[in-house]
Amino acid sequence: MSDVEEAVTRAHHEEWARVVAALTRRFGDLDIAEEAAAEAFATAVERWPADGVPANPGAWLTTTAKRKAIDRLRRENKRDDKQKEAWMLYDDPPEHLGAIDDDQLRLIFTCCHPALGMEARVALTLRMVGGLTVPEIARAFLVQESAMGRRITRAKAKIKAARIPYRVPTAEDLPTRLSGVLTVVYLVFNEGYLATGPDTDPVRHDLTAEAIRLTRMVRHLMPDDGEVAGLLALMLLTEARRTARVSAGGELVILDEQDRGAWDAPLIAEGHRLVRERLAAAAAGEAPGRYQILAAINAVHTSARDMRDTDWSQVLALYDQLVRLDSSPVIALNRAIAVAELDGPEVALATVGRLEHRLAGYHAYHATRADLLLRLGRGQESRAAYDKAIDLAGNTAEAAYLTRRRDQLR
Amino acid sequence: MQYLVSVIDDKNNPGSTDRRPAISAFNERLIAEGYWVFAGGLADTDAATVIDNRGEQAVFSDGPFVESKEYLAGVWVWEAPDLDVALKLATEASKVCDRKIEVRPFQ
Repeated sequence: MSDVEEAVTRAHHEEWARVVAALTRRFGDLDIAEEAAAEAFATAVERWPADGVPANPGAWLTTTAKRKAIDRLRRENKRDDKQKEAWMLYDDPPEHLGAIDDDQLRLIFTCCHPALGMEARVALTLRMVGGLTVPEIARAFLVQESAMGRRITRAKAKIKAARIPYRVPTAEDLPTRLSGVLTVVYLVFNEGYLATGPDTDPVRHDLTAEAIRLTRMVRHLMPDDGEVAGLLALMLLTEARRTARVSAGGELVILDEQDRGAWDAPLIAEGHRLVRERLAAAAAGEAPGRYQILAAINAVHTSARDMRDTDWSQVLALYDQLVRLDSSPVIALNRAIAVAELDGPEVALATVGRLEHRLAGYHAYHATRADLLLRLGRGQESRAAYDKAIDLAGNTAEAAYLTRRRDQLR
Repeated sequence: MQYLVSVIDDKNNPGSTDRRPAISAFNERLIAEGYWVFAGGLADTDAATVIDNRGEQAVFSDGPFVESKEYLAGVWVWEAPDLDVALKLATEASKVCDRKIEVRPFQ
Protein backbone atom coordinates (compact mmCIF):
# COMPACT_ATOMS: atom_id res chain seq x y z
CA MET A 1 0.00 0.00 0.00
CA SER A 2 1.39 3.43 -0.90
CA ASP A 3 1.84 6.11 1.77
CA VAL A 4 -1.08 8.08 0.37
CA GLU A 5 -3.40 5.05 0.34
CA GLU A 6 -2.37 4.35 3.90
CA ALA A 7 -3.10 7.96 4.85
CA VAL A 8 -6.56 7.70 3.28
CA THR A 9 -7.29 4.43 5.09
CA ARG A 10 -6.08 5.85 8.37
CA ALA A 11 -8.10 9.03 7.88
CA HIS A 12 -11.14 6.91 7.12
CA HIS A 13 -10.69 5.02 10.39
CA GLU A 14 -9.92 8.06 12.46
CA GLU A 15 -11.97 10.81 10.89
CA TRP A 16 -15.10 9.30 9.33
CA ALA A 17 -17.26 9.54 12.46
CA ARG A 18 -15.97 13.03 13.18
CA VAL A 19 -16.84 14.25 9.67
CA VAL A 20 -20.31 12.66 9.70
CA ALA A 21 -20.96 13.98 13.21
CA ALA A 22 -19.91 17.54 12.41
CA LEU A 23 -22.01 17.59 9.24
CA THR A 24 -25.05 16.13 10.93
CA ARG A 25 -24.98 18.89 13.50
CA ARG A 26 -24.40 21.55 10.87
CA PHE A 27 -27.10 20.36 8.42
CA GLY A 28 -29.40 18.48 10.78
CA ASP A 29 -29.65 15.58 8.37
CA LEU A 30 -27.91 12.20 8.47
CA ASP A 31 -28.46 11.58 4.77
CA ILE A 32 -26.70 14.75 3.71
CA ALA A 33 -23.91 14.11 6.21
CA GLU A 34 -23.35 10.53 5.06
CA GLU A 35 -23.33 11.39 1.38
CA ALA A 36 -21.09 14.43 1.76
CA ALA A 37 -18.63 12.50 3.95
CA ALA A 38 -18.44 9.73 1.35
CA GLU A 39 -17.85 12.33 -1.39
CA ALA A 40 -15.13 14.01 0.67
CA PHE A 41 -13.26 10.72 1.08
CA ALA A 42 -13.64 10.00 -2.64
CA THR A 43 -12.16 13.43 -3.35
CA ALA A 44 -9.26 12.66 -0.99
CA VAL A 45 -8.55 9.47 -2.94
CA GLU A 46 -8.43 11.53 -6.15
CA ARG A 47 -6.53 14.52 -4.89
CA TRP A 48 -4.12 13.44 -2.20
CA PRO A 49 -1.81 11.47 -4.55
CA ALA A 50 -1.21 14.65 -6.60
CA ASP A 51 -1.59 17.37 -3.96
CA GLY A 52 -0.07 15.49 -1.05
CA VAL A 53 -1.72 14.51 2.22
CA PRO A 54 -2.94 17.66 4.03
CA ALA A 55 -1.34 18.52 7.36
CA ASN A 56 -4.67 18.07 9.14
CA PRO A 57 -6.61 15.41 7.22
CA GLY A 58 -9.64 15.62 9.52
CA ALA A 59 -10.07 19.36 9.03
CA TRP A 60 -9.52 19.00 5.27
CA LEU A 61 -12.14 16.26 5.04
CA THR A 62 -14.68 18.17 7.15
CA THR A 63 -14.25 21.34 5.09
CA THR A 64 -14.47 19.41 1.82
CA ALA A 65 -17.55 17.53 3.03
CA LYS A 66 -19.23 20.79 4.05
CA ARG A 67 -18.60 22.24 0.57
CA LYS A 68 -20.02 19.10 -1.01
CA ALA A 69 -23.11 19.32 1.17
CA ILE A 70 -23.66 22.98 0.33
CA ASP A 71 -23.20 22.21 -3.39
CA ARG A 72 -25.81 19.52 -3.10
CA LEU A 73 -28.24 21.78 -1.28
CA ARG A 74 -27.76 24.48 -3.94
CA ARG A 75 -28.60 21.97 -6.65
CA GLU A 76 -31.68 20.73 -4.84
CA ASN A 77 -34.74 22.77 -5.54
CA LYS A 78 -37.09 20.79 -3.43
CA ARG A 79 -35.80 22.14 -0.17
CA ASP A 80 -37.49 24.99 1.52
CA ASP A 81 -35.68 28.18 0.40
CA LYS A 82 -35.55 29.72 3.83
CA GLN A 83 -34.02 26.61 5.35
CA LYS A 84 -31.51 26.52 2.51
CA GLU A 85 -30.56 30.10 3.10
CA ALA A 86 -30.08 29.47 6.80
CA TRP A 87 -27.69 26.62 6.01
CA MET A 88 -25.71 28.73 3.56
CA LEU A 89 -25.36 31.74 5.83
CA TYR A 90 -24.65 29.82 8.98
CA ASP A 91 -21.16 30.62 10.10
CA ASP A 92 -19.40 27.76 11.83
CA PRO A 93 -18.33 28.57 15.34
CA PRO A 94 -14.66 27.72 15.93
CA GLU A 95 -14.48 24.05 16.82
CA HIS A 96 -12.84 23.20 20.08
CA LEU A 97 -11.99 19.64 20.95
CA GLY A 98 -14.89 19.25 23.38
CA ALA A 99 -17.39 20.22 20.69
CA ILE A 100 -16.06 17.59 18.30
CA ASP A 101 -16.29 14.93 20.99
CA ASP A 102 -19.84 16.01 21.77
CA ASP A 103 -20.77 15.71 18.10
CA GLN A 104 -19.50 12.14 17.97
CA LEU A 105 -21.38 11.22 21.12
CA ARG A 106 -24.54 12.76 19.67
CA LEU A 107 -24.06 10.66 16.56
CA ILE A 108 -23.56 7.46 18.54
CA PHE A 109 -26.57 8.04 20.77
CA THR A 110 -28.75 8.90 17.79
CA CYS A 111 -27.74 5.75 15.89
CA CYS A 112 -28.41 3.64 19.00
CA HIS A 113 -31.72 5.28 19.83
CA PRO A 114 -34.16 2.90 21.56
CA ALA A 115 -36.98 3.87 19.17
CA LEU A 116 -35.05 2.07 16.40
CA GLY A 117 -35.09 -1.71 16.07
CA MET A 118 -31.94 -3.49 17.27
CA GLU A 119 -30.93 -4.56 13.74
CA ALA A 120 -31.36 -1.00 12.53
CA ARG A 121 -29.25 0.33 15.40
CA VAL A 122 -26.44 -2.06 14.60
CA ALA A 123 -26.51 -1.29 10.87
CA LEU A 124 -26.76 2.45 11.33
CA THR A 125 -23.94 2.53 13.90
CA LEU A 126 -21.63 0.55 11.62
CA ARG A 127 -22.44 2.84 8.69
CA MET A 128 -22.51 6.26 10.34
CA VAL A 129 -20.03 5.82 13.17
CA GLY A 130 -17.89 2.94 11.90
CA GLY A 131 -17.83 4.11 8.29
CA LEU A 132 -18.40 0.61 6.89
CA THR A 133 -20.03 0.56 3.48
CA VAL A 134 -23.49 -0.91 2.96
CA PRO A 135 -22.06 -3.96 1.09
CA GLU A 136 -19.60 -4.55 3.95
CA ILE A 137 -22.36 -4.44 6.55
CA ALA A 138 -24.59 -6.66 4.41
CA ARG A 139 -21.78 -9.24 4.16
CA ALA A 140 -21.12 -9.06 7.89
CA PHE A 141 -24.71 -9.99 8.69
CA LEU A 142 -25.31 -12.31 5.72
CA VAL A 143 -28.07 -10.08 4.43
CA GLN A 144 -28.68 -9.05 0.82
CA GLU A 145 -27.11 -5.70 0.01
CA SER A 146 -30.43 -4.24 -1.11
CA ALA A 147 -32.12 -5.36 2.11
CA MET A 148 -29.34 -3.85 4.22
CA GLY A 149 -29.59 -0.62 2.21
CA ARG A 150 -33.32 -0.48 2.89
CA ARG A 151 -32.78 -1.14 6.59
CA ILE A 152 -30.42 1.82 6.86
CA THR A 153 -32.60 4.08 4.71
CA ARG A 154 -35.65 3.24 6.81
CA ALA A 155 -33.79 4.01 10.03
CA LYS A 156 -32.63 7.37 8.71
CA ALA A 157 -36.16 8.15 7.52
CA LYS A 158 -37.58 7.36 10.96
CA ILE A 159 -35.02 9.56 12.67
CA LYS A 160 -36.10 12.41 10.43
CA ALA A 161 -39.88 11.79 10.43
CA ALA A 162 -40.22 11.14 14.16
CA ARG A 163 -37.65 13.80 15.01
CA ILE A 164 -35.28 11.66 17.02
CA PRO A 165 -33.05 14.34 18.50
CA TYR A 166 -29.35 14.71 17.71
CA ARG A 167 -28.36 15.01 21.32
CA VAL A 168 -26.48 13.44 24.18
CA PRO A 169 -29.15 12.16 26.60
CA THR A 170 -29.81 13.98 29.86
CA ALA A 171 -27.91 12.84 32.96
CA GLU A 172 -31.07 11.10 34.14
CA ASP A 173 -31.38 8.99 30.97
CA LEU A 174 -27.68 8.54 30.35
CA PRO A 175 -27.10 5.20 32.15
CA THR A 176 -29.93 3.44 30.28
CA ARG A 177 -29.06 4.98 26.95
CA LEU A 178 -25.36 4.22 27.33
CA SER A 179 -26.16 0.64 28.22
CA GLY A 180 -28.13 0.52 24.93
CA VAL A 181 -25.05 1.75 23.03
CA LEU A 182 -22.86 -0.90 24.69
CA THR A 183 -25.40 -3.59 23.78
CA VAL A 184 -25.07 -2.58 20.13
CA VAL A 185 -21.26 -2.73 20.06
CA TYR A 186 -21.18 -5.98 22.07
CA LEU A 187 -23.62 -7.50 19.59
CA VAL A 188 -21.25 -6.57 16.75
CA PHE A 189 -18.38 -8.13 18.71
CA ASN A 190 -20.24 -11.35 19.41
CA GLU A 191 -21.38 -11.68 15.82
CA GLY A 192 -17.68 -11.59 14.96
CA TYR A 193 -16.57 -13.82 17.79
CA LEU A 194 -19.26 -16.45 17.46
CA ALA A 195 -20.03 -15.99 13.79
CA THR A 196 -23.02 -18.07 12.75
CA GLY A 197 -23.87 -19.63 9.42
CA PRO A 198 -22.61 -22.68 7.56
CA ASP A 199 -20.39 -20.77 5.11
CA THR A 200 -18.94 -18.27 7.55
CA ASP A 201 -15.48 -18.19 9.05
CA PRO A 202 -15.76 -19.27 12.68
CA VAL A 203 -14.31 -15.98 13.85
CA ARG A 204 -14.90 -12.78 11.89
CA HIS A 205 -11.93 -10.65 12.81
CA ASP A 206 -13.29 -7.70 10.82
CA LEU A 207 -16.29 -7.51 13.15
CA THR A 208 -14.45 -8.05 16.43
CA ALA A 209 -11.90 -5.42 15.41
CA GLU A 210 -14.64 -2.98 14.43
CA ALA A 211 -16.44 -3.52 17.74
CA ILE A 212 -13.22 -2.88 19.66
CA ARG A 213 -12.57 0.26 17.62
CA LEU A 214 -16.08 1.57 18.36
CA THR A 215 -15.71 0.78 22.06
CA ARG A 216 -12.36 2.57 22.15
CA MET A 217 -14.09 5.56 20.59
CA VAL A 218 -16.82 5.51 23.26
CA ARG A 219 -14.13 5.08 25.94
CA HIS A 220 -12.27 8.11 24.58
CA LEU A 221 -15.51 10.12 24.70
CA MET A 222 -16.62 8.86 28.13
CA PRO A 223 -13.36 8.03 29.95
CA ASP A 224 -14.97 8.00 33.41
CA ASP A 225 -17.63 5.40 32.75
CA GLY A 226 -16.91 2.06 34.41
CA GLU A 227 -19.07 -0.10 32.15
CA VAL A 228 -17.42 1.31 29.01
CA ALA A 229 -14.02 0.40 30.50
CA GLY A 230 -15.41 -2.99 31.51
CA LEU A 231 -16.74 -3.77 28.05
CA LEU A 232 -13.48 -2.72 26.41
CA ALA A 233 -11.53 -4.95 28.82
CA LEU A 234 -13.91 -7.84 28.19
CA MET A 235 -13.50 -7.50 24.42
CA LEU A 236 -9.71 -7.20 24.63
CA LEU A 237 -9.33 -10.24 26.87
CA THR A 238 -11.61 -12.25 24.58
CA GLU A 239 -9.97 -11.03 21.38
CA ALA A 240 -6.53 -11.85 22.85
CA ARG A 241 -7.44 -15.56 22.71
CA ARG A 242 -8.91 -15.40 19.22
CA THR A 243 -6.15 -17.17 17.31
CA ALA A 244 -5.67 -19.84 20.00
CA ARG A 245 -9.38 -20.55 20.06
CA VAL A 246 -9.72 -22.10 16.61
CA SER A 247 -7.36 -24.82 15.36
CA ALA A 248 -5.73 -24.85 11.93
CA GLY A 249 -8.39 -27.37 10.95
CA GLY A 250 -11.17 -24.93 11.86
CA GLU A 251 -12.15 -26.60 15.10
CA LEU A 252 -12.93 -24.85 18.36
CA VAL A 253 -10.17 -25.25 20.95
CA ILE A 254 -11.63 -25.04 24.46
CA LEU A 255 -9.95 -22.93 27.11
CA ASP A 256 -8.46 -26.02 28.77
CA GLU A 257 -6.60 -27.01 25.60
CA GLN A 258 -5.57 -23.62 24.27
CA ASP A 259 -1.91 -22.80 23.74
CA ARG A 260 -1.65 -19.97 26.21
CA GLY A 261 1.62 -18.86 24.64
CA ALA A 262 -0.38 -17.99 21.51
CA TRP A 263 -2.51 -15.48 23.37
CA ASP A 264 -1.93 -11.85 22.45
CA ALA A 265 0.11 -10.54 25.38
CA PRO A 266 -0.26 -6.77 24.70
CA LEU A 267 -4.06 -7.11 24.48
CA ILE A 268 -4.12 -9.09 27.72
CA ALA A 269 -1.90 -6.52 29.43
CA GLU A 270 -4.21 -3.71 28.31
CA GLY A 271 -7.29 -5.66 29.43
CA HIS A 272 -5.74 -6.40 32.81
CA ARG A 273 -4.85 -2.72 33.24
CA LEU A 274 -8.48 -1.75 32.65
CA VAL A 275 -9.74 -4.42 35.05
CA ARG A 276 -7.33 -3.22 37.74
CA GLU A 277 -8.57 0.31 37.20
CA ARG A 278 -12.14 -0.89 37.75
CA LEU A 279 -11.22 -3.00 40.77
CA ALA A 280 -9.74 0.11 42.36
CA ALA A 281 -12.99 1.98 41.64
CA ALA A 282 -15.00 -0.89 43.12
CA ALA A 283 -12.80 -0.85 46.22
CA ALA A 284 -13.60 2.86 46.50
CA GLY A 285 -17.29 2.01 46.60
CA GLU A 286 -18.39 2.18 42.96
CA ALA A 287 -20.64 -0.83 42.31
CA PRO A 288 -19.47 -2.67 39.18
CA GLY A 289 -21.89 -3.43 36.34
CA ARG A 290 -22.12 -6.66 34.37
CA TYR A 291 -19.41 -5.89 31.80
CA GLN A 292 -16.93 -5.07 34.54
CA ILE A 293 -17.67 -8.36 36.29
CA LEU A 294 -17.43 -10.33 33.04
CA ALA A 295 -14.11 -8.62 32.34
CA ALA A 296 -12.88 -9.56 35.82
CA ILE A 297 -13.82 -13.21 35.20
CA ASN A 298 -11.85 -13.11 31.96
CA ALA A 299 -8.95 -11.50 33.79
CA VAL A 300 -8.87 -14.45 36.21
CA HIS A 301 -8.77 -16.89 33.27
CA THR A 302 -6.09 -14.98 31.40
CA SER A 303 -3.95 -14.68 34.55
CA ALA A 304 -3.67 -18.45 34.96
CA ARG A 305 -0.67 -20.14 33.41
CA ASP A 306 -2.78 -23.21 32.72
CA MET A 307 -6.29 -24.43 33.39
CA ARG A 308 -5.36 -26.13 36.69
CA ASP A 309 -3.84 -22.88 37.82
CA THR A 310 -7.18 -21.07 37.49
CA ASP A 311 -8.52 -19.47 40.66
CA TRP A 312 -11.97 -21.08 40.40
CA SER A 313 -13.22 -19.81 43.75
CA GLN A 314 -12.54 -16.29 42.49
CA VAL A 315 -14.40 -17.10 39.28
CA LEU A 316 -17.36 -18.46 41.23
CA ALA A 317 -17.42 -15.45 43.57
CA LEU A 318 -17.57 -13.18 40.52
CA TYR A 319 -20.39 -15.24 38.97
CA ASP A 320 -22.30 -15.04 42.25
CA GLN A 321 -21.96 -11.27 42.05
CA LEU A 322 -23.06 -11.31 38.42
CA VAL A 323 -26.12 -13.48 39.09
CA ARG A 324 -27.38 -10.84 41.51
CA LEU A 325 -27.29 -8.25 38.68
CA ASP A 326 -28.39 -10.41 35.80
CA SER A 327 -30.75 -13.33 36.26
CA SER A 328 -30.23 -14.59 32.70
CA PRO A 329 -30.04 -18.41 32.48
CA VAL A 330 -26.92 -18.14 30.28
CA ILE A 331 -25.05 -16.54 33.19
CA ALA A 332 -26.34 -19.31 35.48
CA LEU A 333 -25.07 -21.89 32.98
CA ASN A 334 -21.60 -20.37 32.92
CA ARG A 335 -21.61 -20.22 36.71
CA ALA A 336 -22.30 -23.97 36.77
CA ILE A 337 -19.05 -24.57 34.87
CA ALA A 338 -17.15 -22.95 37.75
CA VAL A 339 -19.22 -25.03 40.19
CA ALA A 340 -18.09 -28.18 38.37
CA GLU A 341 -14.45 -27.25 38.94
CA LEU A 342 -14.98 -26.60 42.65
CA ASP A 343 -17.72 -29.02 43.75
CA GLY A 344 -17.51 -31.64 41.03
CA PRO A 345 -19.58 -32.51 37.95
CA GLU A 346 -22.47 -34.09 39.88
CA VAL A 347 -23.34 -30.89 41.76
CA ALA A 348 -22.92 -28.87 38.56
CA LEU A 349 -25.16 -31.24 36.60
CA ALA A 350 -27.97 -30.74 39.09
CA THR A 351 -27.57 -26.95 38.77
CA VAL A 352 -27.58 -27.17 34.98
CA GLY A 353 -30.64 -29.44 34.98
CA ARG A 354 -32.68 -26.72 36.64
CA LEU A 355 -32.11 -24.49 33.58
CA GLU A 356 -33.59 -26.91 31.06
CA HIS A 357 -36.95 -25.21 30.58
CA ARG A 358 -35.21 -21.93 29.72
CA LEU A 359 -32.23 -23.18 27.74
CA ALA A 360 -33.46 -26.28 25.90
CA GLY A 361 -32.92 -24.49 22.56
CA TYR A 362 -29.39 -23.27 23.35
CA HIS A 363 -26.48 -25.39 22.09
CA ALA A 364 -24.17 -24.46 24.99
CA TYR A 365 -26.67 -25.87 27.48
CA HIS A 366 -26.48 -29.29 25.82
CA ALA A 367 -22.72 -29.06 25.28
CA THR A 368 -22.20 -28.29 28.99
CA ARG A 369 -24.45 -31.20 30.00
CA ALA A 370 -22.67 -33.50 27.56
CA ASP A 371 -19.31 -32.63 29.09
CA LEU A 372 -20.54 -33.07 32.68
CA LEU A 373 -22.19 -36.42 31.84
CA LEU A 374 -18.99 -37.55 30.18
CA ARG A 375 -17.01 -36.69 33.29
CA LEU A 376 -19.50 -38.72 35.32
CA GLY A 377 -18.99 -41.72 33.04
CA ARG A 378 -22.55 -41.59 31.67
CA GLY A 379 -21.50 -42.09 28.05
CA GLN A 380 -24.83 -42.83 26.46
CA GLU A 381 -26.56 -39.78 27.95
CA SER A 382 -23.52 -37.71 27.10
CA ARG A 383 -23.70 -38.77 23.46
CA ALA A 384 -27.38 -37.83 23.26
CA ALA A 385 -26.59 -34.41 24.71
CA TYR A 386 -23.76 -33.93 22.17
CA ASP A 387 -26.22 -34.80 19.39
CA LYS A 388 -28.55 -32.05 20.51
CA ALA A 389 -25.70 -29.55 20.92
CA ILE A 390 -24.41 -30.28 17.39
CA ASP A 391 -27.90 -29.82 15.95
CA LEU A 392 -28.23 -26.42 17.57
CA ALA A 393 -24.67 -25.08 17.13
CA GLY A 394 -24.61 -22.31 14.52
CA ASN A 395 -20.84 -21.80 14.58
CA THR A 396 -18.83 -24.13 12.33
CA ALA A 397 -15.85 -24.44 14.71
CA GLU A 398 -18.06 -25.28 17.66
CA ALA A 399 -19.96 -27.88 15.65
CA ALA A 400 -16.67 -29.46 14.53
CA TYR A 401 -15.38 -29.64 18.11
CA LEU A 402 -18.62 -31.10 19.47
CA THR A 403 -18.73 -33.68 16.68
CA ARG A 404 -15.21 -34.88 17.46
CA ARG A 405 -16.01 -35.13 21.17
CA ARG A 406 -19.14 -37.13 20.44
CA ASP A 407 -17.36 -39.44 18.05
CA GLN A 408 -14.68 -40.16 20.65
CA LEU A 409 -17.47 -41.65 22.75
CA ARG A 410 -18.19 -44.42 20.28
CA MET B 1 -43.67 18.75 16.15
CA GLN B 2 -47.02 17.03 16.66
CA TYR B 3 -47.42 13.40 17.58
CA LEU B 4 -50.48 11.19 17.48
CA VAL B 5 -50.48 9.21 20.69
CA SER B 6 -52.69 6.15 20.55
CA VAL B 7 -53.89 4.24 23.57
CA ILE B 8 -54.07 0.56 22.69
CA ASP B 9 -56.22 -1.86 24.60
CA ASP B 10 -56.34 -5.62 24.32
CA LYS B 11 -59.64 -7.52 24.30
CA ASN B 12 -57.95 -10.60 25.78
CA ASN B 13 -56.12 -8.70 28.48
CA PRO B 14 -57.91 -5.38 29.03
CA GLY B 15 -56.37 -2.64 31.16
CA SER B 16 -58.02 -1.68 34.42
CA THR B 17 -61.21 0.43 34.25
CA ASP B 18 -60.51 2.78 37.16
CA ARG B 19 -57.99 5.00 35.36
CA ARG B 20 -60.19 8.02 34.69
CA PRO B 21 -59.10 10.19 37.65
CA ALA B 22 -55.41 9.51 36.98
CA ILE B 23 -55.84 10.31 33.28
CA SER B 24 -57.62 13.57 34.13
CA ALA B 25 -54.74 14.60 36.38
CA PHE B 26 -52.24 13.67 33.67
CA ASN B 27 -54.21 15.74 31.14
CA GLU B 28 -54.12 18.73 33.48
CA ARG B 29 -50.36 18.44 33.56
CA LEU B 30 -50.08 18.10 29.76
CA ILE B 31 -52.08 21.29 29.43
CA ALA B 32 -50.09 23.15 32.09
CA GLU B 33 -46.79 22.16 30.48
CA GLY B 34 -47.91 23.06 26.98
CA TYR B 35 -47.94 19.60 25.38
CA TRP B 36 -51.69 19.11 25.11
CA VAL B 37 -53.33 19.66 21.72
CA PHE B 38 -56.22 17.22 21.82
CA ALA B 39 -57.43 14.19 23.73
CA GLY B 40 -60.37 11.85 23.42
CA GLY B 41 -61.45 8.43 24.58
CA LEU B 42 -63.21 6.25 22.01
CA ALA B 43 -66.40 4.21 22.26
CA ASP B 44 -66.19 0.46 21.71
CA THR B 45 -65.09 -0.68 18.23
CA ASP B 46 -68.57 -2.24 17.82
CA ALA B 47 -69.87 1.30 17.47
CA ALA B 48 -67.67 1.97 14.41
CA THR B 49 -68.99 2.23 10.85
CA VAL B 50 -66.80 2.06 7.74
CA ILE B 51 -67.81 3.98 4.61
CA ASP B 52 -66.35 3.15 1.20
CA ASN B 53 -67.34 5.57 -1.53
CA ARG B 54 -64.52 4.84 -3.94
CA GLY B 55 -66.87 3.01 -6.28
CA GLU B 56 -70.14 4.04 -7.81
CA GLN B 57 -72.08 3.84 -4.63
CA ALA B 58 -71.21 4.42 -1.01
CA VAL B 59 -71.07 1.19 0.95
CA PHE B 60 -71.57 1.25 4.70
CA SER B 61 -70.34 -1.58 6.81
CA ASP B 62 -70.82 -2.23 10.47
CA GLY B 63 -67.79 -2.50 12.73
CA PRO B 64 -64.14 -1.40 12.59
CA PHE B 65 -62.04 -1.43 9.38
CA VAL B 66 -59.89 -4.16 10.82
CA GLU B 67 -60.88 -6.77 13.37
CA SER B 68 -58.15 -7.42 15.87
CA LYS B 69 -57.68 -8.28 19.50
CA GLU B 70 -55.81 -5.05 19.98
CA TYR B 71 -57.70 -1.89 19.22
CA LEU B 72 -57.53 1.85 19.57
CA ALA B 73 -59.13 2.92 22.84
CA GLY B 74 -58.30 6.60 22.72
CA VAL B 75 -56.01 9.22 21.22
CA TRP B 76 -54.02 12.28 22.14
CA VAL B 77 -52.33 14.81 19.96
CA TRP B 78 -49.25 16.26 21.65
CA GLU B 79 -46.98 19.09 20.69
CA ALA B 80 -43.44 18.15 21.69
CA PRO B 81 -40.01 19.43 20.60
CA ASP B 82 -38.69 15.96 19.72
CA LEU B 83 -39.28 12.22 20.06
CA ASP B 84 -37.39 11.94 23.34
CA VAL B 85 -39.83 14.30 25.01
CA ALA B 86 -42.81 12.49 23.47
CA LEU B 87 -41.46 9.08 24.53
CA LYS B 88 -40.91 10.24 28.09
CA LEU B 89 -44.50 11.46 28.30
CA ALA B 90 -45.76 8.29 26.61
CA THR B 91 -43.90 6.18 29.17
CA GLU B 92 -45.86 7.95 31.89
CA ALA B 93 -49.07 7.74 29.88
CA SER B 94 -48.78 3.97 29.62
CA LYS B 95 -48.63 3.70 33.42
CA VAL B 96 -51.43 6.22 33.88
CA CYS B 97 -53.73 4.47 31.39
CA ASP B 98 -52.56 0.93 32.24
CA ARG B 99 -52.39 0.30 28.50
CA LYS B 100 -49.89 0.21 25.62
CA ILE B 101 -49.18 3.50 23.87
CA GLU B 102 -48.12 4.13 20.27
CA VAL B 103 -46.37 7.38 19.39
CA ARG B 104 -46.51 8.37 15.74
CA PRO B 105 -45.36 11.66 14.25
CA PHE B 106 -47.56 13.75 12.00
CA GLN B 107 -46.03 14.54 8.63
